[in-house]
Amino acid sequence: MAFTLYSLHHTAVLCTNAIAVLHEERFLCKIGWGADQRVGGFGDDPRIKAQVLNLIRSVRTVMRGQKSVFLCPQK
Amino acid sequence: MNDSNFPLCSLLTYSKKLHLSTLGSPEATTTIELVQMDYTATQSGFRQRKLQPNMRQRNSSMDGSEGSQLFEDTSRAAPGTQAGYSSNQQAGPQAAGFPGQSILSDPMSNLAMAYGSSLASQGREMVDKNLDRFLPISKLKYYFAVDTVYVGKKLGLLVFPYMHENWEVSYQQDTPVAPRFDVNAPDLYIPSMSFITYVLVAGLALGTQNKFSPELLGVQASSALVWLIMEVLAVLLSLYLVTVNTDLTTIDLLAFSGYKYVGMIIGVVAGLMFGRPAYYLSLLWCCAAIFVFMIRTLRLKLLSEAAAEGRLVRGTRNQLRMYLTMSIAAAQPIFMYWLTYHLVR
Repeated sequence: MAFTLYSLHHTAVLCTNAIAVLHEERFLCKIGWGADQRVGGFGDDPRIKAQVLNLIRSVRTVMRGQKSVFLCPQK
Repeated sequence: MNDSNFPLCSLLTYSKKLHLSTLGSPEATTTIELVQMDYTATQSGFRQRKLQPNMRQRNSSMDGSEGSQLFEDTSRAAPGTQAGYSSNQQAGPQAAGFPGQSILSDPMSNLAMAYGSSLASQGREMVDKNLDRFLPISKLKYYFAVDTVYVGKKLGLLVFPYMHENWEVSYQQDTPVAPRFDVNAPDLYIPSMSFITYVLVAGLALGTQNKFSPELLGVQASSALVWLIMEVLAVLLSLYLVTVNTDLTTIDLLAFSGYKYVGMIIGVVAGLMFGRPAYYLSLLWCCAAIFVFMIRTLRLKLLSEAAAEGRLVRGTRNQLRMYLTMSIAAAQPIFMYWLTYHLVR
């Protein structure tokens, strides 16, 4: 498979964009990956799901420049 | 003849080391070899960078050998005995044989040289300042502080890691010891050299299949590099997700991922010399060796203390870490096969 450095860059940009366009309200809250669902004991090591949510959140914050914290709409 | 060379020499003061080899006879050719223009930064505590105009080099050969090195000397040998500086020592005694018309007496070339050297030093400082922001040059120096004995032992360890007992990296007051003094420390010399060798061997192998063209070397190189970068990124991501508190840096991971090229080269060369069965056999041996090597090296870095000593420790975290170590080690043989199977047909 002939990968080039350009294709790597291409892939990175597309993946970052894919993470950035995940909609908080319509999608993430629906599948239980919302911003306020990172529940974990403070003395405990964060679990994998919390780390993934953290990562998604930080990528979106950096890419979109959002400063406000959005909470999932209460049912 | 000497006069015509001086303006040319003044332009070449940009170089880090000026290698002037002349036999002192009028019909001998003066070869000027431009050695490695490096734009690497040195820390503030290191020795000052001094540009070497010709006159300084000719007047004091011994001082010139000290001032012209940009890097801290990481080898054990004293600077005076190194072969690289014999050129300066050669230029010294031969400088005495030059006629009285030196650069000092010619104001125009003197001015040109001073201007050129000041311009060069300004440019170099600007580049160094900007480069240090992206590439941690001083940290990279640690990984290239190797010598022949270390390289030999490490290559032996990569091919036959079964007899080695102590896999711990020794520390010296909180900083890891340079690879020269500890065979367990990761280095970047072997990975980079074996990567380049792999690209060349791949070109050779493709040539035996009548598929070679010069562009193909670049394709092979960039392809292997991309796989390497993706592997390092995947390992970094998984280390982040599992929240392992480890002192493995990115460059360490790069070094560990680069060690598999040694096995790949051995496999491909054996395949070229003795045919496909030899390729499969040697690749199998090297895959097993690199698997054991990675497990034993990463076990000490990723797992907790108790688990690293071999005691069975229950708990999901340790299990996760064990799986992580296993998968990193298992990815190596997969890559080794993936990157070489198209070379030996």
